[in-house]
This record gives sequence, C-alpha cells and structure tokens, in this order.
Amino acid sequence: MTILEEPRIGVFVCHCGINIGGVVNVPDVVEYAKTLPNVVWAEGNLYTCSEAGLSSIKDSIKKNGLNRVVVASCTPRTHEPLFRSTCEEAGLNKYLFEMANIREQCSWVHSHQPEEATMKARDIVRMAAARARWLEPQDEPEVDVSDSAMVIGAGISGLTAAVTLANQGFKVHLVEKDPQLGGITRRLGKIYPTLQDSSEIIDPLIKTATSNKNIEIYTSATLKDISGYVGNFKVALKKGAEDVKLDVGTIVIASGALNYEPPKGSFQYRVLDKVVTQLQLEEMLAHGKLAEPERILMIQCVGSRIGEVWTYELSDMTQSFAARLLSKILGAKKEEGWPYCSKICCMNAIKNAIRIKELWPKAHVDILFSDLRTYKEYEDFYRRARRLEVKFIRYIREIPPGIVEAPDNKLKVTVYDTLAGVETEFLCDLVALSTPLCPSKEDVMLARMLKVPLGPDGFFMEAHPKLRPVDCQSDGIFIAGTACGPKDIPESIISAKAAAARASILMANKKLKAEALTADVNTDLCIGCGLCEELCPYGAHKIEKGKSTTIAALCRGCGVCAADCPRRAITMRHYGDRQILAQVEAMMAQ
Amino acid sequence: MSEVESVQRAGEAKADIASFDPRILVFTCNWCSYAGADLAGTSRLQHPPNARIIRTMCSGRIDPIFVLEALRDGADGVIVTGCHPGDCHYVKGNFRAEKRFHFLKMALKKLGVEEDRVRLAWISAGEGEKFSLLVKDMVNRVKELGPSSFKPSKIKSMEVLTP
Repeated sequence: MTILEEPRIGVFVCHCGINIGGVVNVPDVVEYAKTLPNVVWAEGNLYTCSEAGLSSIKDSIKKNGLNRVVVASCTPRTHEPLFRSTCEEAGLNKYLFEMANIREQCSWVHSHQPEEATMKARDIVRMAAARARWLEPQDEPEVDVSDSAMVIGAGISGLTAAVTLANQGFKVHLVEKDPQLGGITRRLGKIYPTLQDSSEIIDPLIKTATSNKNIEIYTSATLKDISGYVGNFKVALKKGAEDVKLDVGTIVIASGALNYEPPKGSFQYRVLDKVVTQLQLEEMLAHGKLAEPERILMIQCVGSRIGEVWTYELSDMTQSFAARLLSKILGAKKEEGWPYCSKICCMNAIKNAIRIKELWPKAHVDILFSDLRTYKEYEDFYRRARRLEVKFIRYIREIPPGIVEAPDNKLKVTVYDTLAGVETEFLCDLVALSTPLCPSKEDVMLARMLKVPLGPDGFFMEAHPKLRPVDCQSDGIFIAGTACGPKDIPESIISAKAAAARASILMANKKLKAEALTADVNTDLCIGCGLCEELCPYGAHKIEKGKSTTIAALCRGCGVCAADCPRRAITMRHYGDRQILAQVEAMMAQ
Repeated sequence: MSEVESVQRAGEAKADIASFDPRILVFTCNWCSYAGADLAGTSRLQHPPNARIIRTMCSGRIDPIFVLEALRDGADGVIVTGCHPGDCHYVKGNFRAEKRFHFLKMALKKLGVEEDRVRLAWISAGEGEKFSLLVKDMVNRVKELGPSSFKPSKIKSMEVLTP
C-alpha cells in the first residue's frame, strides 16, 4: 500500500456541548492535533454534527485542500454515516473519513479525571490521524440482481412465499423433493385452534400456486449444486431424470422440519404397535382408522426439552472432516432428543384430545405433561379441553411413565401423578407420544450448498434473532417457516410473507451496492495454499490456477483470511495491516 | 526469565504500583465489543483511563502480529475482544480469533512475556458493565506485573514470526 498523494488531514474536535467539553480540554486537544504529522487544519466545534459544524467541515475541505478528515466526537456507530455523507458532499470519498471516539470511550467514562481524559483524548486523536494518513478511497461496486427467485420446499411456507413473490410479478421456481405439494400440512387432519380441515387451507393455496403463470414447479426434484451470490445464484437440480439449470436472484429456504421419531424402545415406540406418535394419531383420525376407544393417553415432551446439543460446531460440519466426524458422534448423541421446546405439541395434543372427545364423548383422554405451554389465545383452547373433561396429569421427567402390554389388547401405563402424590395405573387403548419438530438431516447438505450456517439446534440460523428474523447470514437468502425452528401455521405464513417481502426488495431494486470493505489478494505473493478458501465463511475465496481470487460480491469484509494468510498476500480494504499497525504505533508514540 | 529475576521484578513492580501508569490496548470488533465499550460510556461506567481502543470489523481480523507489535512498541497489556461464541456477525470469526490467540500465548511464553499481559474476552453489545470491569481488572493485573520488559532488543527472533 502506498500513499498516493501527500495526506492533508483536517481534525475537527467536538465539544458536544458539555458532554466532551465539560471534561476534556478541547482547545488543548485542538492545539495538540495541529502538531501531528500531515495535519494541516484543526478546529474545535461546539457541535460538529450541527449544520454549522458540517458546513465548517465542507468549507475546510475546499479552503484547506483537505484530503482526509478526522472528527473527534462521539461513536462512529451513530454518527459515522452523517460525517461520511458530508465528506461526499464536499467531493471527498467517504472512506477517507475517520472518527475518533472521545465521548463514549473517553469523557463519559472518565468524567472525574479531566486531566487524564484530556491525555487520553490526545492519544485517541493521534491514533485516528495516524490511521487517516493510510486511508484510501474505496468504491462500492454495483451488482445486477436477477428478478427471479427460487423457493426451496413447497409446504405451507414455501407455497405462501412463492405465491406472494409471483403476485408481485417475479418469476418463481418452486422446488419440492416430494412428488406432491403441501408438505407436513397435508398430513394433518384438523388444525388448531379453529379445528377446520387442513385441506381447507392447503388445497386453495396449491391451486393458486399451480395455476400462477409466474410459478414454475419442480416436484420430485433434488438440488445438485448452488453457486454464485446475491442477485446471481446458479442452481443445478435434477427433476426426475432431467437436469435443470436455473439462474435466480434470490433464494427462499422453506425446507420445513421433520416430526421427530423416537428411537426404537423409547416409551415402547416401535415395540408395541399401540404406541404411536401424535402425527400418526392425527392421520388415524383423519382417515377414520381409529375405532371408538375407551381411553387414550398422550405423553408430552417426548424427545424434546432434553438432551444436550453441543452448540456452534454443528454449523462447522460443512467445513472440515474432523468437525464432520465430531458432529457425527454428537449427532448420534442427539438422537436422544432435542433441547428446545417445540412450541406446537401442547396445542396439538389438546386439539387431538378435543377431536376424540367430540367424536366419542364417552372416551377418556388423559394428557401426561411435564409443563403445559398453551401460550397466547391457546389458553382458551386448554380451558375448552378441560370443560370436555380431558384430564391433565403432571409427571416428572426423571420418572417417565412405564408402558407394558395388558390383556384384551390394552396397554398398562404406570405414572407417578405429582398432584395426587401416588403412582397411578391406566389401562388404555392407545398411547400417543407428542414429539417435537426437528431439523432434517438433509438440511446439513442444503446449508453446505448454500454456504449458510445452521443454528445450535440444527435449524437454519437467522442473521439476527430480533432484528433480521428471516434473513440468512448471506445476502439474498431468506428463511421461511419451520426451516428456522418450530412454528405453527399462522407463524409459518407470517415468516413466509416476510421472507418474500425481503426478497422482493432486492429484486425490485434490480441493482445492489456491494460491500466496499472486501479482501484483496496480491497474486504475486499468493502461493495458492487454499487456507483462505477453507476459512472464508462466505465462500468468497476460490483458488483458480494456483492463485486465490476474491469474489467481491460474496465477501463481507470480516478479515479472517487476511489475518491467517501465511504469505500476508491478502489486504483488507479500509482495515489493512498498514492502517491498523499505524494506530498501534501511534498509540505508543507520545 | 529465571525464578530469582521474576521475584526481584515482582518486588520492583510493587514499589512502582503507585507511579506506574500502564498502557492497555484493546482490540474490539465493530458489532459487539465496540458497542459494549460504547454502552459503558452511555451508562457512565467509570473505569481507569489506561485503555485505548482499536476497532476492526471482526475479532477474526486480529493478527497475532498486531498484538506482538503493540507489546514491542511498549504496550503493557493487550486485550482482544469479540462477540460471544455463536454471536459473531461473520458467523465464526471469533472462533478463529480464539484459535490464533492460543498460538499467540504459546509464542509469548517462549518470548518470556507474562501470560496476564494478553487477554481474550467476549463482550456483547449489551455488556457495558463487563467491558468496564474488564478494563479495571486488566489495569490492576498489569499494575501488579509492572512495566512490560518486552523490548525490541529482546525479540530479535520476531522475524521468525513474520514471513
């Protein structure tokens, strides 16, 4: 890196009313700044972010021919964009601006030590000016965004996302691995809390999707490869025996979740055929395969809220062999159960209990629970079940109910009832196990293909659990429905519409400003060892012809590659070695 | 450093505690720990004015060379901070930072630098208090150690580390 022109730095020290000026001796810092190398102008402002302060920066850039600007004031997290745009207005590239934080990290935390705070402010300004000397102008390249989307999975979320996008005029490729559309919703008989047929919801949606001209549907399809980046994904898939290649701008993951199957022998599942999962009971009810029972017992939290998941390495399994091996071992451990609450099982059990009670009022239904979580309006749903005389019995997780065969084709269930404080026995016709929704193993392959992380529970991980709940870490990829965790139907629809809206923003803009702070490989130094390719979480490095190249649109600018490059061939734009080391040196120089 | 020397130095350091004003360099990532340091400010959590902050986008950017350079230039302590495991804005840059940090510690041990002079800490954007306490604690620890003896003359072998 070389300094192209002699830096002419202007330093603007803000009083911020009394916030800074009340502690730090601002005039002293200004005088000190004038003595620093390459600083040609320094001034104090009452409020640098005020109209007067900003125009003073602009004037000074022109009058004093400044080509670097340092503002010593508050945190760049709030005010950097403002000062950057001021520099741009004065014709200076915004990356030639540097901020020195002397409020949050100085005057506010040393408010009783004015002398020390002033010395620290001098140091902070000196470090910022030293860094400013090495700043370089940066471009934000524009990338074209293709106006078609791919939706992976055609369950309720995938269908909703596809229809929403298609209605906005975008071309949608809907990819489903099963021969039929509808996902897990199709298998449900009734849905809570309205107790209407699931077909009332899913069938019209399937009809709308199949008749929409903007939606291309690929059933029995397998994804083979996904490459590219936001705006320009290249997808290869197999539909039956036919190879299909797609170019899409955005991707919505709506791959859904699985209903967890307990291992053989757990609660006598797959040992006694009268022990079924809640979903199997649901299907029996829907297809009229259940004869009038005398008593049905349901057990909650089977395979959920237990087990330990060793977090984060799961997302690493897409990386190294060792990590994959580790996750294989951990994966075997995971079979015992999932640590989270699946959220829907309580309502599901109550729904089936109500259905049984409505079909056969004389039948007894007992629900063994450890904690009943009927959130939101579902509390009413719970009361309704109680009014129908569904019994709720609390068991202790440490003393799981015992199930044995009994005469007359019945099952004998022994459970310690915590309320009565005694062990109780039930003779029942069927035991239904409420098992959680869990991520599918195929998600690992899909995540690997998309180069997006899986969360600690194995579901797709959102970019931010609160602020960006449907975005993936990688740009242009969004998550809808149960692919990112257990959800009921309304929540799946909400997230599907949100994901579609997020995807449509990108596609409607047609163009995208890419990250400027990317990695830059010096091919003269690069030996093509491939470490950067292995470490990059975004797949932004590729080894081609023995040299590493950066795909700027994929790079997010973390700098892991630059710090690890054994040849130091990678420079991070704006956070290069030279810029950081200049700050380190300046900190010590007094 | 021999045992005798270290005992001697500890004695000298104790005498110096009152006058010794350590210089601590803190590397922060843009998303979590820098915001944590900001929160310490907005919450007015007072701590000793010995720390200077350098912001990078991710703790994964921190090259051990930066830490070594800081120590060679005369820093008495260096803290590398980042997001908590699993919270990294760049998925897993902080794991990489942690791995490198262990190697750095090994290298520093060989160079005879006290272990407590460098430190790795995870600070979220909501942990202003943790940041404040971290700086306090680090200043106290380094004061006990005394001024760093890690000077350029002692580390000619530095070139071995820089390719």
